Amino acid sequence: MGLKASSEISMPDTGRTDGASGVDDASGVDGTDGVDDDMDDTHGMNGTDSADDLDDTTVMYVQPSVAGAAKILVVGPMGVGKTTLIGTVSEIKPLSTEATMSRAGARLDMPVRPTKSTTTVALDFGRITLGGELVLYLFGTPGQQRFLPAWKDLARGALGALALVDTRDLEASFDAIGHLEDLDVPFSVAVNSFPDSVLHSEDDLRSALDLLPHTPLVICDAREHKSSVKALISLVSHLIETVSEAT
Amino acid sequence: MIEPGEERTTAAVRPYVITRGRAGSSRDALPLETLVKSSGSALSPALQPEYRRIVRCCQGLLSVAEVAAHLGQPPAVVQVLLADLIDWGHIVARPPIRVAKRADMDLLRKVLDGLESKL
Repeated sequence: MGLKASSEISMPDTGRTDGASGVDDASGVDGTDGVDDDMDDTHGMNGTDSADDLDDTTVMYVQPSVAGAAKILVVGPMGVGKTTLIGTVSEIKPLSTEATMSRAGARLDMPVRPTKSTTTVALDFGRITLGGELVLYLFGTPGQQRFLPAWKDLARGALGALALVDTRDLEASFDAIGHLEDLDVPFSVAVNSFPDSVLHSEDDLRSALDLLPHTPLVICDAREHKSSVKALISLVSHLIETVSEAT
Repeated sequence: MIEPGEERTTAAVRPYVITRGRAGSSRDALPLETLVKSSGSALSPALQPEYRRIVRCCQGLLSVAEVAAHLGQPPAVVQVLLADLIDWGHIVARPPIRVAKRADMDLLRKVLDGLESKL
């Protein structure tokens, strides 16, 4: 990632004109233009580069009334639409950063480059303020790297996870789902429908993904706000049901 | 592997140097969704630029993840620097609302209601 020379605190670049001022009005719902980009993880990388250019006017702060934050993970293989979904529901333009993976994890997961002591995993995230007192963060991360300490940290304290699946490549989602199960993170599955997605029956999908009967499975279009919010609602409803059953 | 006397000035190294190797020790890492804000206290002129940039970024409430993304710094580094700033009273934090054994019905209902209001 582009860590540039961090000299003295750089003053916001006053010459900047590329619509930065438009962010001030905080209308929230915008900023999701052009998110019909399925190559979400590539997109995320690009986002990191521009982060050097800190300009205070582009920072949209959380409302002062917000007392705390909760988080939900959005997991799935690269290109499944995580960043698209996050961008569709987020009130801020989705941000991207990179979580560092420790040496131990690197040794297991990066056999190709054994000398590399650390590596990073892209982390895209967005934010939704709920009811003026609570802010929900959606963290999107590819889940194929098992034993990833960063993943474990991320999962700690999460309400649950939305596992995105592309029916054109179901196997690509196995790792993320398996990892959620290993870490005991409750989740719901959302099939992101692509124009050329093969249609499967729900039973076939469930059996292919080896889902438990109570795990929700919904079809969504990550490019659509309503559809994406509904996918999140299916997850939270599931979490509530799970808690109700336990008590 | 820095040779004795060798001066590393590249910024890619510096954030890790300033954390004195603490980045990545995830045991007590500040969760990424922790909300932080500048306390408004006066900063010592001796405070290093990396810390100042963070305080400047935190004029309003932001999550640790957002601070890292806006500054283009690895979260592992920002987590450590923010923890220092919290210790020194320059930053105040609102810890994340965690579900105690995921049985916090109130919180889940608030999330559900909030999401439904977005439809």
